[in-house]
Amino acid sequence: MRLRQLRALALVPLLGLLAGCNMVVMQPSGDIAVRQRDLVLASTGLMLLIILPVIALTLFFAWRYRASNTQATYDPDWHHSTQLEVVIWAAPLAIIIALGALTWISTHTLDPYRPLSRLDGSRPLPADVKPLTVEVVALDWKWLFFYPEQGIATVNELAAPVDVPITFKITSASIMNSFYIPALAGQIYAMAGMETKLHAVINKAGIYDGFSANYSGSGFSRMNFKFHGLDRAGFDAWVAKAKGEGRALSREAYLKLERPSEQEPVQHFASVEDGLYRAILNMCAVPGKMCMSEMMHIDAMGGAGKESQHNRERLEYDNRHAVAGHEGEAATVPASGRPAKGDVQPEGMKPDAQDPAAKGRGEAPDATPDHSGHRHGAPAPAQMNH
Amino acid sequence: MFSNLDLQKLIFGRLTLEAIPYHEPILIVTFLGVVLGGVAVLGAITYFRFWGTLWRDWITSVDHKKIGIMYVILALVMLLRGFADALMMRAQQAMAFGANEGYLPPHHYDQIFTAHGVIMIFFFAMPLVTGLMNYVVPLQIGARDVAFPFLNNFSFWMTVSGALTVMASLFVGEFARTGWLAYPPLSGPAASPGVGVDYYIWALQIAGIGTLLSGINLIATIVKMRAPGMTMMKMPVFTWTALCTNVLIVAAFPILTAVLALLSLDRYVGTHFFSNDLGGNPMMYVNLIWIWGHPEVYILILPAFGIFSEVVSTYSGKRLFGYASMVYATVVITILSYLVWLHHFFTMGSGASVNSFFGITTMIISIPTGAKIFNWLFTMYRGRIRFEVPMLWTVGFMVTFVVGGMTGVLLAVPPADFVLHNSLFLVAHFHNVIIGGVVFGLLAGITYWFPKAFGYKLDPFWGKVSFWCWLTGFWFAFMPLYILGLMGVTRRLQHFDDPSLQIWFVIAAFGAFLILCGIVSFGIQLVVSYLKREELRDLTGDPWGGRTLEWSTSSPPPEYNFAFTPVIHDHDAWWDMKKRGYSRPLQGFRPIHMPKNTGTGFVLGVLSVAFSFAMIWYIWWLAALTFVAMFVVTIVHTFNYNRDFYIPADAVVRAEDARTAMLSGRA
Amino acid sequence: MATHAATTHDVAEAPAFHLEEDHHPEGSTMLGFWIYLMSDCLIFAVLFATYAVLGRNYAAGPSPKDLFELPLVALNTSMLLFSSITYGFAMLEMQRERQGGTLGWLAVTGLFGLAFVGIELYEFAHLIHEGATPQRSGFLSAFFALVGTHGLHVTFGTIWLVVLMVQVRQRGLVIENQRRLMCLSMFWHFLDVVWIGVFTFVYLMGVLQ
Repeated sequence: MRLRQLRALALVPLLGLLAGCNMVVMQPSGDIAVRQRDLVLASTGLMLLIILPVIALTLFFAWRYRASNTQATYDPDWHHSTQLEVVIWAAPLAIIIALGALTWISTHTLDPYRPLSRLDGSRPLPADVKPLTVEVVALDWKWLFFYPEQGIATVNELAAPVDVPITFKITSASIMNSFYIPALAGQIYAMAGMETKLHAVINKAGIYDGFSANYSGSGFSRMNFKFHGLDRAGFDAWVAKAKGEGRALSREAYLKLERPSEQEPVQHFASVEDGLYRAILNMCAVPGKMCMSEMMHIDAMGGAGKESQHNRERLEYDNRHAVAGHEGEAATVPASGRPAKGDVQPEGMKPDAQDPAAKGRGEAPDATPDHSGHRHGAPAPAQMNH
Repeated sequence: MFSNLDLQKLIFGRLTLEAIPYHEPILIVTFLGVVLGGVAVLGAITYFRFWGTLWRDWITSVDHKKIGIMYVILALVMLLRGFADALMMRAQQAMAFGANEGYLPPHHYDQIFTAHGVIMIFFFAMPLVTGLMNYVVPLQIGARDVAFPFLNNFSFWMTVSGALTVMASLFVGEFARTGWLAYPPLSGPAASPGVGVDYYIWALQIAGIGTLLSGINLIATIVKMRAPGMTMMKMPVFTWTALCTNVLIVAAFPILTAVLALLSLDRYVGTHFFSNDLGGNPMMYVNLIWIWGHPEVYILILPAFGIFSEVVSTYSGKRLFGYASMVYATVVITILSYLVWLHHFFTMGSGASVNSFFGITTMIISIPTGAKIFNWLFTMYRGRIRFEVPMLWTVGFMVTFVVGGMTGVLLAVPPADFVLHNSLFLVAHFHNVIIGGVVFGLLAGITYWFPKAFGYKLDPFWGKVSFWCWLTGFWFAFMPLYILGLMGVTRRLQHFDDPSLQIWFVIAAFGAFLILCGIVSFGIQLVVSYLKREELRDLTGDPWGGRTLEWSTSSPPPEYNFAFTPVIHDHDAWWDMKKRGYSRPLQGFRPIHMPKNTGTGFVLGVLSVAFSFAMIWYIWWLAALTFVAMFVVTIVHTFNYNRDFYIPADAVVRAEDARTAMLSGRA
Repeated sequence: MATHAATTHDVAEAPAFHLEEDHHPEGSTMLGFWIYLMSDCLIFAVLFATYAVLGRNYAAGPSPKDLFELPLVALNTSMLLFSSITYGFAMLEMQRERQGGTLGWLAVTGLFGLAFVGIELYEFAHLIHEGATPQRSGFLSAFFALVGTHGLHVTFGTIWLVVLMVQVRQRGLVIENQRRLMCLSMFWHFLDVVWIGVFTFVYLMGVLQ
């Protein structure tokens, strides 16, 4: 008895610890995340219906039928019972049917590609609401946010007005990352040359953590940003502040920004060069490069024939840091000058002699807008279709 | 004329003195430890004049029992490496908060979590599973060896070669910094130009060949070499799970081989399979690797399920409840494991219908798994449960594993996965099923079959200490990770800003320390048991009151396993024999046909280490040389037609008489 | 399964629990080799799948229509198909225990195999000369990987065939050699089947699309 009381006492600080910590996934501030939380709880509850009896029965049988308990029935040949077998298959089946139905419905209603249908549990979407669009680019190792409607861009800082639906369009400039603000909504991958989407809304003003949830190399641990949920006036003031700082995000500035760096401070840009986001998405921000959309158009028309060797260089992308002479700038190599052992450049990665910028035509990115979330035109892998 | 540099490149490829990490104190100390340990072992072998035996009886042996034991030894050695990585990660994450950087910079930390995952899955869990299957399956089906004994030896040495390649990365160059599945573009030539990913690729390719061949071998063994009377539906459950696991191996590992080959083409030749540009598609890699990766999880867990089935029925003194449904559950899991891979990346944006399809198929797997749990439960019902150490592991498993199963099904609900994916919740989940399921099962299996392999039981006291350390250690190490996951903490972080998280990481580190105590106790258990071996001796060959054929022969079994091929009439063949008053034949022994030992497997293993090292460091002449050499050795081997011999009848008589004396001496 | 067990249960005294004579499980080599072939088949399945995903990613470069010359490929296909037939003749000779005939047909098979590899190498060299290298586009990477892997298999099969011919000359059509010839036979026909897939999906459909 005393032992048990002691054990109960030991639980008290643990509970205190639990109460003290901020379980953001369990107490989110955006409607989508709240519904995801509810789903976690509902599924867990459903499964506990069978898990708890199993644990209890295991411990009970283990104790009841211990060898020293000669009172208990011993029936060494009992090994089959059709009724019992029906039950042990049917019980998990019933739970899974219920959970499967829940899964089917919730996966469709909480599909990140699906525009919102409500602001929160009690408020439907106002008829005249205009969603805020944010274009998100994962860079090595910082986040770049474009606000096309406001004409501004930021690095490592995101803001949105409370109770306004947000449409995120997400891509990456190189490595796959995952865009995740736990308080706001679930995560989705950011992949180069592809666009994923996320619809969400923040219901409470506040400052929330955002980060990459998919390991992406040396600077990954510090690829964090703050997400500010602001009221309307606060948001407008924030936009005005960004505009006031006056810097422009030109293509050159972007290419400098794009190079791997860690712990990048918050930056605001008052204006953005036209079509920069689309150029990044299409992997043609470097002058002279062919855009993916153009390439896909050519491919859909049956390719460019044998005499198309020049296109190859215009489409090379992954090796752009090496070509530009920044050999050490690989994603698994630290950007902060910390020594890495054994990173000898392989033969194939030596920079080419020619300067691509000098040869390119410096054309504007192709302007065919296609928000379908995958590489346009070309046969995308099945799971990219939605 | 070559300049100095060209000549050096020609001879050493990209290997330079820079590749030796002499500026890393941790690695230097480890290296010295390995050297001293190695010298001590080699010295001991020389001192005790063990070299001849080592070569004749072990290295060149084609005996499935010896190969099985060597697999288990390899696995336990690699466990130490993998667990050292785990301790380093826990220590780093427990200290690196705010201004404190911890003691591991990202480039080192990233290698450690990659190596931890790779080693624990490929070089700890896989060899241990293969080792137990190798040892036990032929005995359980009444066979004298596996179907292809030489292939078995070759498979083992390929696995060792893979392990050596991983270990070499510790002291020459670096290991991958990409995570254990090396997703491109991170693992591509642009983002990972160093040798790390190449070490990863070649280690897995070489070990993968071994695994695949051993899978083919065991399938053929189980299908073709069962003793007369043992129909499929009378096979022991462990053999059934071994069969399903090997089917999974054969159907999954070629996919890994192919996808890694494509990745190496991207890295070596500059093709565009998984690049961002020029028509490559990195997401194809993610799909393909998980088409291998998810069945891999079941490759590990199914044999563990088999071990629990054997253990629970033996120590409950009862026939397994629901044998048929156990078998069907295993088969259903085998098939379904191919239909769930996409649940590893719901967050790729696949659309709701695709996501829910894969979510629901994943949940369906929990139905046969649930049925299995109930079957074990009702085997205990009305049994006489002896709480020997393997039974403790089983009960510990049943309580722990259901929690991991529950969180797994939770992660299979796509919108729930959106908030939990890649978080420490996920890390806690898969450790919950892998430690609580696979590791507990394998440790139960080692304790259960140890007396069969060595002729004496393991000391129960230290076994219990080890069990309780592992069990509590597991809960301390991973419950905080569940909580941290719910706090939105993602995995593979080398540093944290929020100091309020630290307490949970400290608790998790304490849990890891408890698991360390469990591993140390296991080591002590081995030593103590060896010292007390006379006291723990098993003279009967059947120390636990066993039910299956492996307990019908002596402990350790003779080279030929069974003097006469057993005939099977019912489930639990040995139990049946005991029940119906079987008496062991004492005469009429005949010469026994056995395969001969060969050193070819070992030679090929050595050559493949040299080959992979040469490929990793771009030492092309050595790569070409060793490749040709492997080819020649293989062809020369096929010219040897003299591959078997007969154990003379009087040698059999001597061995069987010794056993008779042992049995009567006890009675 | 139950009937046998039931009858033995009914017998009062214990039934036989071991065989007095030697037990010879039937040979498992064919089964083992067949399983290996299935695993190899999966490697090809991955390469086919890769080709299906990347096959139209020309990266603003040449497409199958620009590159493939069907007459040459048809010639190549006929080489491999003929080699399968001649291998079949070799096996028939083997069953009649005629060593000379077996070796003769094996030699013919090997020559067809070499011709196939030779034509394929010529095709590759020609493509590379035209700038259609494996590095040019996802489509070409997938093409070279799939066709090249098949070609490597044929190369290894030919080497194996030569080794077997030497062994048959040395020891005659002993049971081990017969077993090996049967394994190589399965391997050879398997490569034929895979090639039919390659020819259809890569070449024919590539040119016709």
